[in-house]
Amino acid sequence: MTTIAPPTGGPIVRRPRSKPHTSTRFVITGVAILGVLAVAAIAAPLIAPHGPETVEVSRVLGAPNLQHPFGSDVLGRDVLSRVLYGLRTSLLVSLTAVTVATVIAVPFGLAAGYFGGRVDTAISRTLDMILVLPAMLLAITFIAILGPGSAVAALAIAVIYLPILARVMRSSTLVITRNEYVLGARARGAGHLRVLVHHVAPNALGPVIVQASVLSAFALQLEAGLSFLGLGTQPPTPSLGGMLADGRDVLIQAPWVEIFPGIAIVIAVLSFTLIGEGLRRSFDPRGVAE
Amino acid sequence: MTGVLSFTDVAVRFASTETSTGAPPVPPAVDSVSFTINRGEIFGIVGESGSGKSTLANSVMGLLPRSAQVTGSIRVNDREVIGLDDDQLRSMRGDEVSMIFQDASASLDPTWSVGDQIAETIRAHRTISRRGARAKAISLMTEVGIADAASRYSDAPHRLSGGMRQRIMIAAALANNPQLLIADEPTTALDVTIQAQVLALIGELRKNHGTTVLLITHDLGVVAQVCDRVGVMYGGKLLEVAAAEDLFANPQHAYTRALLAASPSGAPRGSRLPVIPAAWNIEDLQRLRQEGTE
Repeated sequence: MTTIAPPTGGPIVRRPRSKPHTSTRFVITGVAILGVLAVAAIAAPLIAPHGPETVEVSRVLGAPNLQHPFGSDVLGRDVLSRVLYGLRTSLLVSLTAVTVATVIAVPFGLAAGYFGGRVDTAISRTLDMILVLPAMLLAITFIAILGPGSAVAALAIAVIYLPILARVMRSSTLVITRNEYVLGARARGAGHLRVLVHHVAPNALGPVIVQASVLSAFALQLEAGLSFLGLGTQPPTPSLGGMLADGRDVLIQAPWVEIFPGIAIVIAVLSFTLIGEGLRRSFDPRGVAE
Repeated sequence: MTGVLSFTDVAVRFASTETSTGAPPVPPAVDSVSFTINRGEIFGIVGESGSGKSTLANSVMGLLPRSAQVTGSIRVNDREVIGLDDDQLRSMRGDEVSMIFQDASASLDPTWSVGDQIAETIRAHRTISRRGARAKAISLMTEVGIADAASRYSDAPHRLSGGMRQRIMIAAALANNPQLLIADEPTTALDVTIQAQVLALIGELRKNHGTTVLLITHDLGVVAQVCDRVGVMYGGKLLEVAAAEDLFANPQHAYTRALLAASPSGAPRGSRLPVIPAAWNIEDLQRLRQEGTE
């Protein structure tokens, strides 16, 4: 790459570096928080002061102290260690669910938006059938059929979000397909598949990425909700939602059992929301993703 | 003399979504057009907006929307284009017949480098290594007058000026040495100096490669500058075909005369230009056509 030499003689005027755009700051903050949470979750076995399932009978509902900064729960288990492990489960389930949903939704949305006509009708109407079912009901139906567990919760969340993501992909594909460069690529001899993969998809992905990060926040809440109801992650595996259920009974005597997992959920959801909102402002200013 | 491109009684109709009974049928976008372009010729088509010139151009490439019904016969090198399947059309586009569009900024994919988009055209039709395609693309970029082509190869389209983008489009269109180049208003989005350069480039490429050019424009100045023969379109019909000099010197059709009178070149400065009445319809045209052929 050659650079054109600046005209010599005059001083080079350099504009002061402007503050990063609000949207960029949102994303950076969100990624930073999520990064800390993710590292903590991944490194849980290394940094957790106690085992997540280690029962210490003498510490049942023990108040926070230096050895147990978040206190102990009904069974005398260390809340901090369980929050770290719970974060692990919650992030894993929600991210897996959204990733799976996105990977499946993108090709369907692309095909529906690009080919239109009967292809669109077939794909869109099928997805609409999933969309008419209330999310929680759909999740509970899945769990009723397959039995409770983290994997089933992830699957249920993925199925719930699949039509939403596919619709967003379809509508942004509709917009991109009308661009002249798509016609241009075809005029240069590119086949449908090439046009779709190389020209439509990269340009149409923005709103889907935004939607996926927004949905990650909801997925985390949904997973916590299912576990709270005892339908998601099963004890003794720690999960944030399950811990909320445990703490509910001892809210007055030992509020730390409830508060700390609650705070963890709030922070995790906040980080996803910040990322999603920041990306939306920069990627999707017209608001294709709802 | 063999024709590279010939139209015989070509009509394009767009199926209207609501075919309510009693409503008058939608007039065809292109109606019984017949003409032949000879090898090595630059053939211009002029006409106002909506006269069907772009529809005609896209019909050759098979790039009309699915709602379009094309009838008649379009032959490229004596091969019938109407009715070719997707794959046959694909292998023709960008190889035998290329097309450049009005707005080069919109016709280049913003997520790909300009060089890769030229290389893509080569690789769509030839078995050639990535590196070979890249080298070919760089030499094409040099040929269309892009300075320091090798370093410009990886530039995103937005880093190039409008004129350079149109040069890139031309380079991509010529990548496989097509016999026919369709240029749909290639200079409309450019300012006058760049317009002249691009037209000169098209003229030069015709000279060097013997490419036949179908040039769609609404600019009579462009026609006068580069075209050998010209067809005048109005309301989907081809009213008149003449050698470029003859068209300006001795327009046969009443509409052509009106069109020429409406261009500012000959009019005294400060005077009002005559206006073509918008109310002309098919009947008027048929009457005019009769007058024209008399």
